[in-house]
Amino acid sequence: MTESTTGSSGAAGKDLRLEGVTKRFGDFVAVDDLTLTVPQGSFFALLGPSGCGKTTTLRMVAGLDEPTTGRVLIGDEDITDLRPYKRPVNTVFQSYALFPHLTVFDNVAFGPRRRGVKDYQQKTRDMLKLVQLEPYARRKPAQLSGGQQQRVALGRALINEPGVLLLDEPLGALDLKLRRQMQIELKRIQTEIGITFVHVTHDQEEAMTMADTIAVMNAGVIEQLGAPGDLYENPETTFVANFLGQSNLIMADVMDTSGRTVVVDCHGQQVGVESTRSHTSEGRGWLGVRPEKIFASPAGLENHDGSNVLTGGRVSDVSFVGVSTQYLVRMPWGQELMVFEQNTGQRAAFKNGDEVDLAWSRAHAFLLDADQDAQAGMMTPEADT
Amino acid sequence: MTEAVTTPPAPPAPVVDGENARRRGWGWLLLIPGMLWLAIFFLFPTVQLFFTSLYDPSGSFERGYAMTWHVANYADAIIDTSNLFLRSFMYAAITTFVCLLLAYPLAYAIAFKSGRWKNVMLVLVIAPFFTSFLLRTLSWRAILSDRGPVTSFLQTIAILPDDGRLLATPVAVIAGLVYNFLPFMTLPLYASLDKVDHRLIEAAGDLYSSPFTGFRTVTFPLSLPGVVSGTLLTFIPASGDYINAELLGTPKQYMIGNRIQAAFLTERNYPLAASLSIILMVVVVLMVIVYVRRAGTEELV
Amino acid sequence: MCTPTPARIAATIDTKSPKPPSRKGFGRWVSDHLVLFVGILVLVYTFVPIGYIFALSFNQPSGRSATAEFESFTWNNWETICEPDGLCGSLKLSFQISITATILATVLGTLMAFALVRHTFRGRATSNLVIFLPMATPEVVLGSSLLAMFVAVGVDGLLGFITLVIAHVMFTLSFVVVTVKARLAGMDSRLEQAAMDLYANEWQTFRLITLPLAMPGIVAAAMLAFSLSFDDFIVTNFTSGQSVTFPLFVYGSKLKGFAPQLFVVGTLMFLISFVFVIAAELWRRRRPTY
Repeated sequence: MTESTTGSSGAAGKDLRLEGVTKRFGDFVAVDDLTLTVPQGSFFALLGPSGCGKTTTLRMVAGLDEPTTGRVLIGDEDITDLRPYKRPVNTVFQSYALFPHLTVFDNVAFGPRRRGVKDYQQKTRDMLKLVQLEPYARRKPAQLSGGQQQRVALGRALINEPGVLLLDEPLGALDLKLRRQMQIELKRIQTEIGITFVHVTHDQEEAMTMADTIAVMNAGVIEQLGAPGDLYENPETTFVANFLGQSNLIMADVMDTSGRTVVVDCHGQQVGVESTRSHTSEGRGWLGVRPEKIFASPAGLENHDGSNVLTGGRVSDVSFVGVSTQYLVRMPWGQELMVFEQNTGQRAAFKNGDEVDLAWSRAHAFLLDADQDAQAGMMTPEADT
Repeated sequence: MTEAVTTPPAPPAPVVDGENARRRGWGWLLLIPGMLWLAIFFLFPTVQLFFTSLYDPSGSFERGYAMTWHVANYADAIIDTSNLFLRSFMYAAITTFVCLLLAYPLAYAIAFKSGRWKNVMLVLVIAPFFTSFLLRTLSWRAILSDRGPVTSFLQTIAILPDDGRLLATPVAVIAGLVYNFLPFMTLPLYASLDKVDHRLIEAAGDLYSSPFTGFRTVTFPLSLPGVVSGTLLTFIPASGDYINAELLGTPKQYMIGNRIQAAFLTERNYPLAASLSIILMVVVVLMVIVYVRRAGTEELV
Repeated sequence: MCTPTPARIAATIDTKSPKPPSRKGFGRWVSDHLVLFVGILVLVYTFVPIGYIFALSFNQPSGRSATAEFESFTWNNWETICEPDGLCGSLKLSFQISITATILATVLGTLMAFALVRHTFRGRATSNLVIFLPMATPEVVLGSSLLAMFVAVGVDGLLGFITLVIAHVMFTLSFVVVTVKARLAGMDSRLEQAAMDLYANEWQTFRLITLPLAMPGIVAAAMLAFSLSFDDFIVTNFTSGQSVTFPLFVYGSKLKGFAPQLFVVGTLMFLISFVFVIAAELWRRRRPTY
C-alpha cells in the first residue's frame, strides 16, 4: 500500500519523507522503523489511538523531538538535525499554544517578524482576513472563543507558507458542531492554498472526512496506509477493521483459494470472498463483514442468489437509533453479529427472538489472518479516554 | 456507524513532555551563582558555627578561642537553657495552632465566599504587613498595656482581675507572635484552597454529606498541602523569634532567640551561642523533615 | 463493541455541572455567610495596630517621646518627619540595602528557578535541599552564623552596607527561587515550542515568550524579597556593625524614647505600598488574565 502514494510524487520534489525513523524514550519504543512518504500538496492523516506514536512522529517532523535513528527529508533536503526554527514546517498545536500575552495580530505576525519579512503587517492583515478574524486583531487569545482560537493557531502557522503544515489534534478542544464546521473549513483552506497538511488525530471520522490518504498507526508502526474508502472497505488487519468503523469478525476455515473467489467455511456454512480482498491464504482466517453491509431477512423467506448467506440467526437485541436500527443477531455457534439496517420505512423492524438469515454481497466481505487478535483496535470506553 | 468520538484527546504521553520541557546540557550553570552565594554565606557559616560550638568555653572574645572539640558545650547549653527551648517550642506550637484557627476561616472565605472581592481581600491580608514589623509590635504593646483598651475591657467584664495585666504575660507574647506570622499561614492556605475544585464539594453534598462532613472529608484533606506549608512558615520563624518576647514580655517569657542573641551580641560567649544555634537549627530541621514526611509532601520547595 | 449513545456523547461534552439551586431561609443565609463574617473579623483584627499607628502619627505627646495614649491632635509630626536624629538616614540606608539585595536576589534566584524547572542534571535533589534549608533555619541562627564567619575571617570591622546586602540576599534568595519556580512550573512548555516552530531561535524564544510569561512570578518574587529585606530586624541586627537601618532605628528608640514621627513613617509605609498594590491590581485588571 505504501507504494501507491510514493508513485505519483516524483516530479513535485517537495514530498515529506521519513526513512527508517525510530524514536525510543528509555525502553519504550514510541515509533518503530517508520518509512513514509507524504506527497506534496496532499492532505495526509496519521490516525491511531493515543500512545500509538502519531504525535511523536509529528514532533520529529517539526523538530521538537529528535529521532533515535532514521532520517526526515523534505524533497531532497535532510532536515533530521535542523533546529525547529530552521525548518520549513509549521505546527498547529494541540489546544493551540497561543501566546497569551500577545494580541491576535502579534500572534499571527510572530513568524514573519522572526524571519524579517518586510511587509509583515500587510501579510498579517491578509491572513486575518482569510481566517475571518480581522475584527479581533487587537484582542488577546483569552478573549476569543474556542473556534476563534483555533483559527488564530491556523493563521499563525499558515502565514509562513510552510512546505508542510502539521496539525496535532487541531479540533480536539472544540465541541461537536464546531468540529464539523472546522473540518469542512480546514479542507477548503487546504484545497485553496495547496500546502501539504499532515494531520494527527485519534478520531477516525475526522480523518476520513478530511484526508486524501490515511495512515493508521498502532504501537509505533503503520498498520495500513491508503485512501479512506480503501481502508474502510478493504482493511488488511483486524486493528484497522475495528478502529475504522466497526466489523463483524467470524472465525472461518479457508477451503479453496484457486479461483477468483476464495471459499471459506464458517461453522459449517460456506461463503465466498473475492481474492483481492483476502489477506490470508490457508488454514484459518477472520471473515470480516461491516454491519451495514449485512441484509437481514426472515428465516428461509428470501432468495439470496449470488450472495453469501448465513442462516440460523436469532435477533437478541434491537436498538433504534433514528437513521438506522441496530440489531444483534445470535448465530448458532453463539457469536453475536451486528447488523445495521437503514431506517427506510419499507420494512417492519425485527423483534427480539425473530429468526433471521443474514446475507451480503461477495464484494463486501474481507478475509484476515487468523493469528491476529479479533479485539484489536476496538474502541472501548477505557481505551478512548 | 462511525459514531463521533467526542471525548477530548488524551494528552501526549508524559515521557514526551518531560523529555522536552527539561533539556539536558548547560542548564545547571544557571544554578551556580546562587548556589555559590548560599554555599559561602549560608552553608560555610553553618559549618563554621558548628566548629565554633566546640571551642573551649574558657576563651573569650578578646583573647580568642581554642579548638578543643569541647562537646560538653552542648551538655552545658542544654542544661542551662532547656526551659528556654521548651518554652520556645511551646509558644511556637501554640502560635501555629492559633494562626491556623484564625487563618483557615479567612483563607476559606477568600477562596470560596469573596466572589469578585477576592483580589481586594487578598490585598487586605497583606496590607497591614507593609508597615514595619517593629512598629506593629510596639503598637500591640501600647494596645495591651495596663491602661490600654483591651486590658480595661477585660477587667470590666471580669475576665481579668482588676489588678490583672496582659502585657508582660505569655498571652501577650503569643498574641504578638500570632499577629506577626498570620499572613504566613493565610497565604499558603488560600493558595491550596483556591485550587480545590468547587464541584468536588458539591459532589460531596450530592452524596449525602452535611456541609461539615463535606468539609472534613473533602475540603480539608485537599487543603492539607497549604496547612503543611503554612504551619511550617509560621512555626519556624516563631520558634526563633525574640522580638515579641522582648517587647511584649519580660525575661520570664524570654525564648531561646533572646538567649542566643544575648550570648552573641552582649556576652560574646561564642561557643555557647553557637551550640545553642546548632541545637535550635538541628531540632527545627528535624521537626520539619519528620513533619513533612508524615504529611506526605515529597517536594520540599 | 461499544456504541456511544447520544446521551453519552452529551455527557462527555457537558462536563460542567449546573449551579446548585439557591437556598432559602435565614439559617441558610447565616451558615453561608458565617465563614465570610469570621474571615472579615480576622481581617479587621489585623488592621487594629495600623489604626493605632495612624492615630498616633497625629499625636502631640506632652513629653519628649510618644506614649501609648493619644493626647492632642497635631499635623506637626507630618511636617517634621526628618527631625528625629538619624530617622531619615536610616530610611535611606534601608532603601539602598533592600533595593540592592532585591535586585541581586531576584536575578540569582530567577536563574536558579529556571535551572531547576527547565533542566535536568545530577544533584537537583541536593540543590533543592540547599535552597530549602535557609527557609527552615530560624533567622537568629542565620544571623549569628554569618556574624561568626565575618568575625572569623576578620572583616568584622567592615560590617555595614556590604555585609548587610550579603546577608539579605542570602535569606531572601530561597523565597525568590520558590516563588519563580511556582510560576515556571505552571507554564506550558509548548508555548516555547510553538515559538521555536515559528522561527524564533533560543534567545528570541526566551526574550519574547519565556521571560514575559514568567514576569508576574519574577515581580512577585522581587516584591517579596524587598518586603522581607526592608522589614528585617534579626539578621540585620547581627550583621549591621555601626549601620542603622530603619528597623534598627525603631528598635534603638526603645531606649531613647519613640519619636512620634516614627508613626508617621509607619503610616506612610502602609499608605504608599497600599496605593502601589491597588494601582498594580487595577493595571492588571485592565488586561485579560493569563
